[in-house]
Amino acid sequence: MNDTLGWKRLRAVREPRWFAALLIVAACLPALVGIAGMGSDILRDTRFFGSNPIKAGEHFLGQWTIRFLILTLAVTPLRQQLGWNWLAKHRRTLGLFAFAYVMLHWLTYALLDVQLDWGDLLRDLAKRPYIMIGMAGIVLMTPLAVTSTKGMIRRFGGKRWNALHRLVYVVAVLGMIHFFMAVKKDLTEPIVYATVFAGLFAFRLFRRSRRPATVPS
Amino acid sequence: MLIRPSDPLTSSETTPESMYLNRREFLAAAGILGAGLVAGAAPRPAGAQDPQAVGKPFGLQSDDKPTPWKDVTGYNNFYEFGTDKSDPAEYAKGFVPRPWTVQVDGLVAKSGQFQLEDFLKPSVVEDRIYRHRCVEAWSMVIPWRGIMLADVLKRAQPTPAAKYVEFTTLHDAKRMPGQRSGVLQWPYVEGLRLDEAMYPLVLLATGVYGRDLPNQNGAPLRLVVPWKYGFKGIKSIVRIRLVDKQPRNTWNLSAPQEYGFYSNVNPEVDHPRWTQAKERRIGEFARRPTLMFNGYKDQVASLYSGMDLRQNY
Repeated sequence: MNDTLGWKRLRAVREPRWFAALLIVAACLPALVGIAGMGSDILRDTRFFGSNPIKAGEHFLGQWTIRFLILTLAVTPLRQQLGWNWLAKHRRTLGLFAFAYVMLHWLTYALLDVQLDWGDLLRDLAKRPYIMIGMAGIVLMTPLAVTSTKGMIRRFGGKRWNALHRLVYVVAVLGMIHFFMAVKKDLTEPIVYATVFAGLFAFRLFRRSRRPATVPS
Repeated sequence: MLIRPSDPLTSSETTPESMYLNRREFLAAAGILGAGLVAGAAPRPAGAQDPQAVGKPFGLQSDDKPTPWKDVTGYNNFYEFGTDKSDPAEYAKGFVPRPWTVQVDGLVAKSGQFQLEDFLKPSVVEDRIYRHRCVEAWSMVIPWRGIMLADVLKRAQPTPAAKYVEFTTLHDAKRMPGQRSGVLQWPYVEGLRLDEAMYPLVLLATGVYGRDLPNQNGAPLRLVVPWKYGFKGIKSIVRIRLVDKQPRNTWNLSAPQEYGFYSNVNPEVDHPRWTQAKERRIGEFARRPTLMFNGYKDQVASLYSGMDLRQNY
């Protein structure tokens, strides 16, 4: 059989030795850009993030949270479609980076934007639905990060652990609602991300519908 | 009514040293930045070739300093050229604001179409430094150049039936590419009550920093109402119409529960999605408290006596 699309060759790709290291280095880069950019803008007025670096940096780190959530949820479809089973073990890395980015996003908001004015933080949380929803997303991500170690997986047992980690779908939805509500008017960007999430969700639903009901997921 | 300028500006245009020390200490304490960055902290210098602020300060607080030219001309909303705040500076470059005609009509004795030069000629062009507060909770101090709107209106002689002024931006998607998107209804429209419009603080601006208005700031003619949120300051005006009913305004049409007709700066009435009690002055680290009517309370509060400002946001 001829393989004009290179499909076979693509399926045959094995994990490069340097993949894990490269992934971690690459995943750290946006954080470094965000922190160094905001720092140099605030301290040295470099305008790397433009005239309002705290807002721009906050949004930058929030966008990277969404991107890492997308990458995390893309692992399984890629693995199943391409047969790259070696990708599976990197899903945790990607998920943990999503959590790290959401923490940086929140820290930028709390430390730099609101500047630890607890009254304002609590008022925001009580009065602004998009902040409530964002915080709910962070709260739900926390147990996923905490239970990501091998020991925790063992202690939970695969089935229960899997059930808990399905919360990532709820987190993705909350994150997207937060994004849509935070945007002033131009919804182009959240629509793009929502479309990607919808594709990733649809892939799973489609596969599930084609599987015999007796096989546990 | 008499407008008293408040304290004149000091000669220093740099951020006060105390604020610098503050933000350095804050960040260092937060452990966010490396020692090298902290050691390298330097005050925001005005660009060597950037123009100096000129004009008489109106309603400035003692620590208000003109926002640098780069920020005034590089960070603003002008959806006709894109929705990012850096878009106007980038995409308005090729806009040609001359020749330009302004139509004055509606309930006036003397309506007409004017070439911009003829429109401006009878009025005194002034340089005035105003506070500027965006509805998005950031603020600036801007040295505007322009004429008083009241001057233009008096010349047009509003009839007794005229109660409001409606303004319209140029509608030409070939010249304003942002108008190809449906993000807002085009053309952009805004309005003022006639007594607000006649108030001597209201400018039709033709410039900033003693220069002609850059395209991204609403060339060649824009409205400046310093006690209202920035979106009331309609840009690239082609029509001024006197009417008897309260006109619609674009952001109110777009999201009526978030943006009202009056849109007076008011720290006590929050935007549904964020607080209006504080603001971030562009170029500063700590947030400032937002002032009632953006610091112009003494001058303009009487325009709204007896009005429920929560209802009429």
